Amino acid sequence: MSTPVLAIDNIVKHFDITGGFLDQIKFKNGKFKLEKTTVKAVNNVSLSIYKGETLSVVGESGCGKSTLARVVLGLYAPSSGQIFYDGKRIDNLSHKQMLPFRKKMQMIFQDPYASLNPRKTVQRTLEEPLRFHNPKMPSIEINNKITEVMEQVGVDPAWAKRFPHEFSGGQRQRISIARGLILDPELIVADEPVSALDVSIQAQILNLLMDTGQKRGLTYLFITHDLSVVQHISTRVAVMYLGTLCEVAESKTLFENPRHPYTRALLSAIPKVGETVAKHIKLKGEVPTPVNLPSGCVFHERCVSANKRCKAEVPKLNTLEDGTQVACHAVEEKRDIA
Amino acid sequence: MKSSLQKFKESYFLYSFKRDKVAMASFIAILIFIALAITAPWIAPMNPYDSNNIDIMNSEIAPSWTKGGQADFPLGTDNMGRDMLSTMLYGLRTSIMIGIGAVSLQALIGIFMGLSAGYLGGKTDAILMRIADIQFSFPYLMLAILVGAIFQIVFGISRYEQLAVPLLILIIGFAEWPMYARTIRASVMREKNKEYVEAAKVIGLSKPVIMVRHVLPNSLTSLMVISTIQIANAVMSEAALSFLGLGMPVTMPSLGSLIRSGFDYIFSGSWWITVFPGILLILFVLAINLLGDWLRDVLNPKLYKD
Repeated sequence: MSTPVLAIDNIVKHFDITGGFLDQIKFKNGKFKLEKTTVKAVNNVSLSIYKGETLSVVGESGCGKSTLARVVLGLYAPSSGQIFYDGKRIDNLSHKQMLPFRKKMQMIFQDPYASLNPRKTVQRTLEEPLRFHNPKMPSIEINNKITEVMEQVGVDPAWAKRFPHEFSGGQRQRISIARGLILDPELIVADEPVSALDVSIQAQILNLLMDTGQKRGLTYLFITHDLSVVQHISTRVAVMYLGTLCEVAESKTLFENPRHPYTRALLSAIPKVGETVAKHIKLKGEVPTPVNLPSGCVFHERCVSANKRCKAEVPKLNTLEDGTQVACHAVEEKRDIA
Repeated sequence: MKSSLQKFKESYFLYSFKRDKVAMASFIAILIFIALAITAPWIAPMNPYDSNNIDIMNSEIAPSWTKGGQADFPLGTDNMGRDMLSTMLYGLRTSIMIGIGAVSLQALIGIFMGLSAGYLGGKTDAILMRIADIQFSFPYLMLAILVGAIFQIVFGISRYEQLAVPLLILIIGFAEWPMYARTIRASVMREKNKEYVEAAKVIGLSKPVIMVRHVLPNSLTSLMVISTIQIANAVMSEAALSFLGLGMPVTMPSLGSLIRSGFDYIFSGSWWITVFPGILLILFVLAINLLGDWLRDVLNPKLYKD
């Protein structure tokens, strides 16, 4: 394959949640020590996204998928690791050097009620990025562009003078998408764009995203926890658990033949039509806290086929013969997975 | 497409205002007070600042309806022979001027500090808020006494008369800015984690632009509420300072200095010199506070009633 549009290389993001200096002092073994408490949100995640594809990142809440999206866009600086856009490293650029890449990567947010500035009309929300990135663009051209994009996302351009609170949730999400599209980006990071919407509206918005994606040749990084959405739209799927990648596979392969024990458990939770006895794989325990990660494989405490090696050694992402990448000792050793 | 006037006519704001008699009454009272203050030089029977108009023989004349009152002086005269009504109108003018001036200064410093502290966070926040804490722990009277005394010594009493208004604005403005800084900081910290701010960051806007164009406009409601209450506070502070003799000089009295000058005569029977300016001050401050109260109820959507 060609060079990926976006390549994430060993990204780590830890958040420091210790307060001030005094909170860091700890008394241990007769000695005072400075200690920081960190939330290990994303640990050594590597991913590549190729042009025109839709890569979905799935996982339960708190697994670090939204953090990953924000690190990609430079909203959070990664603790370590590198991000490449079209082969150029972008995670260490200054605000000014980053600007040309900002035009190419845009984001669509989860909550359409919070993602639009309540004090700005639709017109002003949409013209802000245009004016900022093209200071010399004449007003007529800006207005034409706004009309064009509003029509594309299915919002009547005559409503441009209205404020966000005059729209419904679905309409707001359309406006939010319009803001993402107005700079003609190449990559769109969508952070759970439909999970705040009604089921009937979800389909509309997903279709809109997929149609515009096809028309404009967009590449999507799609963050979601909704597996039925994933199956519907993705080219490839990446499964995350507690800040680490478990499995990356073609969408079809993943749903037909999940490899990683966690993916299996996750997929078994999808209700099926005509199913009389639920065949859910029940995991023991709870998701551990990302403050103190388990040793070795982060999933070993809950995994049915874990052994000593899983407790001691962090599994690496291995590529199988059909292109699926799995990070699991059990799969590697061809252990019998329940 | 609705015009903004039409929108305002249909708004919840106006609707609730029309239904709240207290809010309407206090708003009308404030308008009357401000109108009186602005037009004082034309409607006052005499100019109390002009010593040619003052006759010491007229001092301590009782209000016109009481025994010993004169029709020329409806509310009586003070100890220097000035007509009480005129002096009170001019005093109200000075008080309002100082109140609005001081609050503008407070808002200017407070918004800048609170916005930077709240949005930038971290060390900036810690430093700016500690400055605010230090400022807050100083009793403003102490500050006022210190500055006022130094000023009077350096510039002399005669210059002090001319510079008293700007000086009081500075003192009260500097004493109370942390109130603004804290309010703004709290609401900025609430706003800055919302997704529209992240959207602005994704566009690539710089921090100052996001702060001023996105975060600040969404923090303005709390600003409006605190401004009304702060104006009332500033007027009270000015009155307190003047009462202590640190505010407006006797030749250019504000409401506070009038109350003070009458205080020495209250036991000799000239109650009107203190009581009338006192009532005016109370009414003015009460009206502002009632309006501020209503404003807080209306602008806080979580308190929506009936």
